Amino acid sequence: MKTAVQIALDVKSGASSAAEELQRSLDAIRARNDELHVFLYVDEEGASVAAAKVDALVARGDDAGALAGVPIAVKDNMCQRGIPTTCASKILEGWRPPYNATVIDRLTSAGALLVGKTNLDEFAMGSSTENSAFGPTRNPLDPSRVPGGSSGGSAAAVAAGMTALAIGSDTGGSIRQPAALCGLVGVKPTYGLVSRYGLVAFASSLDQIGPFATTVTDAAVLLEVLAGHDPMDSTSLPEPSPSLVAHVNDGVAGKRVGLVRELIDGADQEVVDAVNRARDALCEAGATAVELSIPELRLGLSAYYLIAPAEASSNLARYDGVRYGLRVDADDVSAMNEATRTAGFGAEVKRRIMLGTYALSAGYYDAYYGQALKVRTQMIDAFARAYGQVDLLLGATTPSVAFAFGAKTANPLTMYLSDVFTIPTNLAGEAAISVPFGTGDGGLPIGVQLLGPGRSEARLFSAARVLERADGRP
Amino acid sequence: MSSPLRREDVAYVAKLARLSLNDDELDLFTEQLGQVLEHANDMNSLDLENVVATAHPFGLVNVVRADEVRPSLDRDEVLAMAPDAREGRFAVPRIMGEAP
Repeated sequence: MKTAVQIALDVKSGASSAAEELQRSLDAIRARNDELHVFLYVDEEGASVAAAKVDALVARGDDAGALAGVPIAVKDNMCQRGIPTTCASKILEGWRPPYNATVIDRLTSAGALLVGKTNLDEFAMGSSTENSAFGPTRNPLDPSRVPGGSSGGSAAAVAAGMTALAIGSDTGGSIRQPAALCGLVGVKPTYGLVSRYGLVAFASSLDQIGPFATTVTDAAVLLEVLAGHDPMDSTSLPEPSPSLVAHVNDGVAGKRVGLVRELIDGADQEVVDAVNRARDALCEAGATAVELSIPELRLGLSAYYLIAPAEASSNLARYDGVRYGLRVDADDVSAMNEATRTAGFGAEVKRRIMLGTYALSAGYYDAYYGQALKVRTQMIDAFARAYGQVDLLLGATTPSVAFAFGAKTANPLTMYLSDVFTIPTNLAGEAAISVPFGTGDGGLPIGVQLLGPGRSEARLFSAARVLERADGRP
Repeated sequence: MSSPLRREDVAYVAKLARLSLNDDELDLFTEQLGQVLEHANDMNSLDLENVVATAHPFGLVNVVRADEVRPSLDRDEVLAMAPDAREGRFAVPRIMGEAP
């Protein structure tokens, strides 16, 4: 499997063509999609048109873009004009958006080939893709295990070699956790770095779109394409896309790394060992490491599972059978709303809507939602204190390697606990990257997580690249 | 706020959220949501009396744009995706009862 950088080079130099690269991707999808259930929709026609455009640009000697001819998979919670966008929910089955998400336009302008929409936990609520209304995705590295979630389909697409790149969304770890479980690089960018326009909202103050790739450099190239101010998203940061690729090989000499106790506590020993080896690798490359404790991070899970459902209960009120998606007919409008939502949403989505509605309801608002927002402040302050001492933080991405289907579905709280190390970054609006580092049980990949303050992506990519080389990938 | 969730609370919240739950679902959700709320009690370990709430990570100020007429989504295209549309509008079942 070629990297995205290599594909773009080959396409631009004439060593290959966008049409050939697309064919290779479609063949790989055909070979394993029935087994793995990665794509909910494959847009062969649209991708062929895009490939022809790229090849025509190259033939004319024009710049075909940073991702010229690179096949990419898009999580099915981002709007692409005329292409079914389901959020893996029956309530949106058959809906075709009348507009493009900003990231779709940026990818197209950069020459990427949008081959299709990938499976996810319904409305991005879950950590395994087992909550998809259309059935789970399997981990390409071990099909008896989950790929992680909620962006499990996007992770599986890249891990199975179906596409060189994919994009997902990360509300509490939904890019980093599946990246770790599938042996990929996954980035949760600073809140506001990538436009959310056209991303179907789950928890608006936490959601962020980001890349999946097989290499740190590929992830940097993709994030540069995605990032930058967008007037269509009022929470978009005001500055242009940062320079990332140029800093990938900057190294970590002189950087101070904080190994965070709360970001390894409770993880399996093989995961803790990997994080310790990652610390050693960073030190060998010239960084210094200290051990830190940030006790506030322990409360992240509780705050998150009130804040995210509260925002979701409000955002998902729009699915009422009136303007798009499913309608279940009834005698009056209220009964129609209720019948539609009851038939259209799956159990986990109902659980989150209920939790959020409760946390926001009269009499409980202060005790739950209000309290969670204060914990969020504490967490932001605690991270800021840590970044007064060190340049970046290091921990595990997930407590374990990929788990078996059904292992955590009986008790939702058990599933929620798989996000314990990734959630704090979303609450703080900061940046983090998961990079593969060694393997554990059954040869399955382990991801380690690097965290930094807002707008620290360049620093995180430099450190991730050091780990990538130390892990034996040139 | 120690494990306060009762079955009738869950039924009431379902009504607010426009969801209908059967008896089995009510029992299951009462138990499962109760567990999550109980876990959230660990937030009481902090003294949050004088802490300001954060609803948004960067405390953004209001963003405005120029009030100019711009093209919007095409009406027919949008209505084509609606479960029911008539005369250029979304159509819904009756909202109020018949006159007595």
